[in-house]
Amino acid sequence: MDALLFMIFAAIAVICGINLVVQTHPISSALSLVGVMGALAALYLLLGGEFIAAAQLVVYAGAIMVLFVFVIMLLNAGTEKKMVVRPLGKYLGAPFLLIFFGMIAYMIQRILPASSPVVFGAFQGGTAAEIGRSLFTVYLLPFEVTSVLILIAILGAIVLARKEVD
Amino acid sequence: MPLGPLPAAVPPSWYLTLSAILFALGVLGFLLRRNIITVFMSIELMLNAVNLSFVTFSYVLKRNDGHIFSFFVMVVAAAEAAVGLAIILTVFKNRQTLEIDEVSSLKN
Repeated sequence: MDALLFMIFAAIAVICGINLVVQTHPISSALSLVGVMGALAALYLLLGGEFIAAAQLVVYAGAIMVLFVFVIMLLNAGTEKKMVVRPLGKYLGAPFLLIFFGMIAYMIQRILPASSPVVFGAFQGGTAAEIGRSLFTVYLLPFEVTSVLILIAILGAIVLARKEVD
Repeated sequence: MPLGPLPAAVPPSWYLTLSAILFALGVLGFLLRRNIITVFMSIELMLNAVNLSFVTFSYVLKRNDGHIFSFFVMVVAAAEAAVGLAIILTVFKNRQTLEIDEVSSLKN
């Protein structure tokens, strides 16, 4: 069952990722990215990351992608210009990409020692309680610095966006 | 459970392979696309792929430090998206274009 779920969500992620690169309209790319993020959230759940899966859906698929779609709508971004593809890249690009992916898979299988398979529920350290405990003890300083970073980002975004065109 | 050649559970290396493939797709989009917003979304795809690696290694090592790290990556990505989209808005206001090849003042 775990393998089947992994296969389904991995296929969704890869297909949506390819769609992101192939589509010429930004809205199609944005919706594909939402698909990738949703599939990745399901994979995080399989790996025992309950908190990260929820945060992925809320922060990434919710907040950040809404921001993207909002800007695309606001700027009325249309289809981008057709790019010039040479015949060499047109016919050899996809096979070479597949060979490259196969090499990546082979290398990772070779380098990583044979470890026990991923079973849902085998790792319990990803609950909100555990994450919160780590966040407010070991990682307290980075967490507080992050709040300053967010504040600076908000101020920077406001300053940049309200600048008048002369 | 009999699923033909498919094992009951997959090893962590399959997750890492998926992460590498998604990262490669992000690099591809970053290099090939000419729309500044799509380029920005490719960067988000790369960040997501790296997050999957972090969470997988967290599972392998049975520690939740990887989860914390991917949480910080999400926070930085949110800040980056806010500032980056504000920059894109300003560029569009000044130049009325989203093509990255037409925004090349630093080149000359």
